[in-house]
Amino acid sequence: MDRPPVSRGFKSKRQASETARLPPGQYLTTDFPVLSAGPTPEIRVANWKIALQLGGSLLGTWTWDEFEALPQTTITVDIHCVTKWTKLNTVWQGVSFDDLLKGVGLSEPPGAYIMAHCDGGYTTNLPVADLVAEKAMIATRYEGLPLAPAHGGPARLLVPHLYFWKSAKWLRRLRFMAKDEPGFWESRGYHNYGDPRREQRYDGD
Amino acid sequence: MTATDTPPQHPRIAWQTGRVRTIVAETSRVKSIILQPASWSGHWPGQHVDIRLTADDGYQAERSYSIASPPEEKLLTLTVERIEDGEVSPYLLDELRLGDALEFRGPIGGHFIWSQTRGGPICLVAGGTGITPLMAMLRHRKRSLAHIPASLIYSARSLADVIYRDELDTMARGDCDLRLVYALTREHPSNWNGHPGRVTETLLVENSFTPAQNPTFFVCGPTGFVESISSMLVKLGFDPFTIKTERFGPSGG
Ligand SMILES: Cc1cc2nc3c(=O)[nH]c(=O)nc-3n(C[C@H](O)[C@H](O)[C@H](O)COP(=O)(O)OP(=O)(O)OC[C@H]3O[C@@H](n4cnc5c(N)ncnc54)[C@H](O)[C@@H]3O)c2cc1C
Repeated sequence: MDRPPVSRGFKSKRQASETARLPPGQYLTTDFPVLSAGPTPEIRVANWKIALQLGGSLLGTWTWDEFEALPQTTITVDIHCVTKWTKLNTVWQGVSFDDLLKGVGLSEPPGAYIMAHCDGGYTTNLPVADLVAEKAMIATRYEGLPLAPAHGGPARLLVPHLYFWKSAKWLRRLRFMAKDEPGFWESRGYHNYGDPRREQRYDGD
Repeated sequence: MTATDTPPQHPRIAWQTGRVRTIVAETSRVKSIILQPASWSGHWPGQHVDIRLTADDGYQAERSYSIASPPEEKLLTLTVERIEDGEVSPYLLDELRLGDALEFRGPIGGHFIWSQTRGGPICLVAGGTGITPLMAMLRHRKRSLAHIPASLIYSARSLADVIYRDELDTMARGDCDLRLVYALTREHPSNWNGHPGRVTETLLVENSFTPAQNPTFFVCGPTGFVESISSMLVKLGFDPFTIKTERFGPSGG
């Protein structure tokens, strides 16, 4: 379609200063909406473990205490959900993907793609290039407090430069893959990559 | 890069303009907008469309709205609740007129869906406008000849806030495989046999089949509502994989 039709009588209720930092099609929220495909799992950290895998073989696992002992990173970022809300200046603490790799003695990622596996069966796929060099972390604290179960606690992936469904909640396993495969939403009509700046919401965008 | 490395190309879900054919006032805060799409390839009950408004200075706003009509109908029904300080919903309720062109694209969503071929039993739990995608499922179910056992537990503030009330009551009266329960949070009408107050575990147990019957749940409404219902269901022993959720609003508030 060339030029979208003007919606008679429609005016923005937002301040220009508010919208300047937003990716296209996003609106600002100060709230923290919750979105997921099923119920929120209640995970006790005593039973929690996280694993890094290469295909079917294990590169390393961490219990909660072992994971907490890894180097901690704190970042302040804007987050963008495909359902169109954006939240500015959110503060997260956790372990960077780079430090996780170092934790298993790897200087180079052993595959080009990753599948994140979560409690509840959710999965999402990412290029490894989008996780390294301080671009992503496994977050365990939000605004200084332990991550609430509804927001993915005890630990979620955080890849702030992609739509938020890529920041998988209730993370349990990161699996390196030689070839890309679609995850849960990616095989249900959502975009394979999900760049908010390019509005890659749905397959084909 | 060789040709085989190129990812498969999928057509973008194109924006189209639909004509507003009918507007129905459902409650004091809710209207249904019935659209004539230029072309429609069909949808699954439970899917949504994205609406896009464009101001004359080029500013655009997009929001998602569930499709309330079943796939059997040619016109698409969206049911929109007024959010007082909202940007898009007051426009759709107050400014949009019959014959207007409204830009939208879809259908979207591949998880919160049901069709008769998936069978039952199904238990639908709605909070407020969360009824919309569930209504598409019920309307579709009604057209199927398979007698799929279903129950709808619908939480609203008052009877006057129940969307599609006449249609739901008629549907339930004529169908012994369908159970309909209203839970009213702010009103307890006398000689009325619905449930007063919020949805409780007991209410769910009494109206949602047993874990052995392996029902599929579709829970839709405001975030807090969906959170509380889905955790109650897990606590009651239903398999989390059978509980599908769709959250409409912000958290808390
Ligand atoms: C998949 C999906 C399907 C949806 N289907 C429907 C539907 O069938 N019918 C429908 O009415 N809405 C539906 N929604 C919600 C809809 O997309 C909008 O969020 C809603 O209409 C508010 O938009 P607005 O521009 O009027 O308000 P905004 O300008 O976005 O928000 C104004 C204020 O209201 C708050 N707010 C936003 N949404 C809600 C809400 N739903 N309840 C309470 N407060 C809110 C915001 O946090 C903000 O403070 C759906 C959302 C999703 C993600």
